Amino acid sequence: MSQDWRGLVPQLEDLARKLGLDWSPVIFEAVPDSFMTEIAVYGLPVRMPHWSFGARYIYQLVQRHMGYSRLFEVVFPGNPGHAYLAASNGLSDNILVTAHVLGHADFSKNNMMFRRCQEQGSAHIVEHAASHARQIERNIEAYGQNAVERVLDAALSLEQYIDLDQALRRERYPEYAATAKPLVDDAFRARFASLDGAPLAGTARKARAPVPPHPERDLLWFIATYAPEMESWERDIFLAVREESFYFYPVYATQIMNEGWASYWHARLLREAEFIPQPAYLDAIKCHSDVVRPIAAGEKSALSVNPYHLGFTLWEDIVERHGIAAAQRIRAEDDDFSFLRNYLSKEIAADMGLFRYEGQANGQYKVVAGDIESVREGLLHGKYNFGAPRVAVVEVRSDGTLVLEHDAKTDGRGLDVERTRKVLDYVKSVWRRPVVLKTVDGAAKAVEIYASAAA
Amino acid sequence: MSSHEQDRPAINGWYELFSRGARDWLRHSDKIRDAVREHLPQIIAGSDVINHGSRSVQVPVRMLEHYRFRLRPDAEPSGVGQGSAKPGDVLGEPNPSGGAGQKGPGGRGRGGPELMLEFKVDDVIDWLWEDLKLPNLQPKVGPSDETQWKREGWDRRGARSRLDRRRSLRESLKRRASDPGSHAFTDEDLRYRQLARRRQPSVNAVVFFLLDVSGSMTERDRQLSKTFFFWVAAGLRREYQSLDIVFVAHTTDAWEFNEADFFKVTGTGGTVASVGLAKVADIIEARYASNAPNIYLFYASDGDNASDDAAAARGELTRVAGRARYSGYVEITAGSPRITMTETSRIFQDCVGKAGAGGRFVIAGPDDVATAVRHFFTAESRCAQEAST
Repeated sequence: MSQDWRGLVPQLEDLARKLGLDWSPVIFEAVPDSFMTEIAVYGLPVRMPHWSFGARYIYQLVQRHMGYSRLFEVVFPGNPGHAYLAASNGLSDNILVTAHVLGHADFSKNNMMFRRCQEQGSAHIVEHAASHARQIERNIEAYGQNAVERVLDAALSLEQYIDLDQALRRERYPEYAATAKPLVDDAFRARFASLDGAPLAGTARKARAPVPPHPERDLLWFIATYAPEMESWERDIFLAVREESFYFYPVYATQIMNEGWASYWHARLLREAEFIPQPAYLDAIKCHSDVVRPIAAGEKSALSVNPYHLGFTLWEDIVERHGIAAAQRIRAEDDDFSFLRNYLSKEIAADMGLFRYEGQANGQYKVVAGDIESVREGLLHGKYNFGAPRVAVVEVRSDGTLVLEHDAKTDGRGLDVERTRKVLDYVKSVWRRPVVLKTVDGAAKAVEIYASAAA
Repeated sequence: MSSHEQDRPAINGWYELFSRGARDWLRHSDKIRDAVREHLPQIIAGSDVINHGSRSVQVPVRMLEHYRFRLRPDAEPSGVGQGSAKPGDVLGEPNPSGGAGQKGPGGRGRGGPELMLEFKVDDVIDWLWEDLKLPNLQPKVGPSDETQWKREGWDRRGARSRLDRRRSLRESLKRRASDPGSHAFTDEDLRYRQLARRRQPSVNAVVFFLLDVSGSMTERDRQLSKTFFFWVAAGLRREYQSLDIVFVAHTTDAWEFNEADFFKVTGTGGTVASVGLAKVADIIEARYASNAPNIYLFYASDGDNASDDAAAARGELTRVAGRARYSGYVEITAGSPRITMTETSRIFQDCVGKAGAGGRFVIAGPDDVATAVRHFFTAESRCAQEAST
């Protein structure tokens, strides 16, 4: 069995095309395990340097060393897409992985949220991120490690604060408030307005619009655009982090669908690919069942849900019930939120053995009865708003104070005060004016948290 | 899983050249070192360098957290799991400490894994002794100023051993930038480090460490005193070249020790401070009467002295303090400082002010050791002030 897995790629691709998958070309590359670990930590093959990645990297190395996690592949959407395969993968692993990658590539080419982000630039995110990294290296040379790190501390701590409903290349707010409509729209006024002559004194002065005109949740963009004394290279760092977040969001918000879709397709391609040697097929199927296994071997239950298994189960059910065309439409239109709400039925949840639990004071967990709504909500709860508390800019005071407000009502409780103060310290170092955040304390009483005076 | 070497695709060698993760990890370590430096007292107190004679200190540290906005801990955490469980089942191990707010998936609030950082003793001395010096130090009265060779500037000629390769390469690069295609190195490029003779005022000093090892000093008290003496000795040796340290311990009797034995000494029995002070005074007279160096005394005790020794101790202390530039007293107490002044403390307060400069400091726990070192070796103004009170 000296056959290289690459030899099987064209055949797998032919089969995938026949079954209706549609993807942009993918460049496959085998890389050392250490590099796979880095991709997992940074999220991108080449990304800006920051000490926080170093801490995560060591943590991952330890985990890997202890055999907790193993990465087979990472794929980056784009045209062409990039797929990185762990060099330690065996032949059967790589057959499975190739099929899996084709599923991802189909997903990212056709899912609307992915498409929207790719149209705005993330089709070349691998190259863009590398160029951000290079720019930041140059900044370090020009301005020093500490100065650049200060900006990155701030920008990366806010990396979830983007607004996907706005364009990546976003214009400043209109400078003036929209002109008030004429009071009465009658013939007399129309005639009056058409008369020659200077407008009455005062009517020419347009009112300046407040900044921000509405609560602004794209903190990265707002700070980069409106910080009173930010250096232009600092603004560029904020915008670089923001661009990468625009790429990360669809990956994050469709994780269950996307991994499920790729798992569905690798299983199906393997099943229907008669050209795969029998021993490799068996190994690959075993590998598949490891990937979509809901609960660790030897355990009876788990306190979390394997997204591969959840997505895989839902897609199998959808294809069986509604056919492949409907599945393709869902893959194009949904994200995890709508996907679970629409297709995680009571029956599937029961079949999968999903259950609600509540934490107890002694650290144990008690299984509680819950309807399907509460199961869905429990699965999605941590994913809202990019997994971050909802914080928006509400005002810039005349002394330049940046006023942030936390939506404690929606989030259900206030912010952790110590961490918030540290983040505000980061922000203040680039905003260079006072920074304050409004949230609530443990007793739901409104509180204001200020950045430290020295920061 | 079948893995055959020949099945594996060749790896692009580029990946082995550089690891972003490793670089950012080094940066994280640097930052952690800076952060840990601010916890110097704990490093110093927690070290077992004295006992094991190692040249490094191990300190457990948390990984640094890059802060983000986070909700305060959920009062009623909940989640979704999977498996064979019915409503009413209880999962997981009970947490003995029962810490509210620590529960919930994701280990909220735990600062990640701990790691051990190793610090060189020399580095710790650097941080501890930044801006510290012997109080009231006076240049030696008398002739011989010491001279010292110091590095200073560069020259085009010099001994081979002092060739500065980095500097020479820079000169070569400069030349080749203006004249591309010329030789890689010429004699003109070579730069040698210059040495210059600098006169340094000689500061002869002798420091006495006097340690009470009587039965009332517990193992902990002795350990704290020795930790103090260890860092003082290490720092003084680094700062001053011509310096003697004399190690004396006493119970009802007094002995001079060499350094290694001093840090191991234990004892039993009563406390007669005057005996220890007398030993110091005798050594001063026997060895240092003629060349008049700067004399320092640091005495560590728990403050309990034999009740009939007060007068004698005052006498001996006055003798020492009269000759010394500074006499310091370190009192080791258990827990919170005492309200009433101990016998020994009063003796120091009374005698030192009159006879010469000096000061007192109370060490109540390991974290005070660093503060004590800083207290005694910070500023001369403070000594003067204390001497007058």
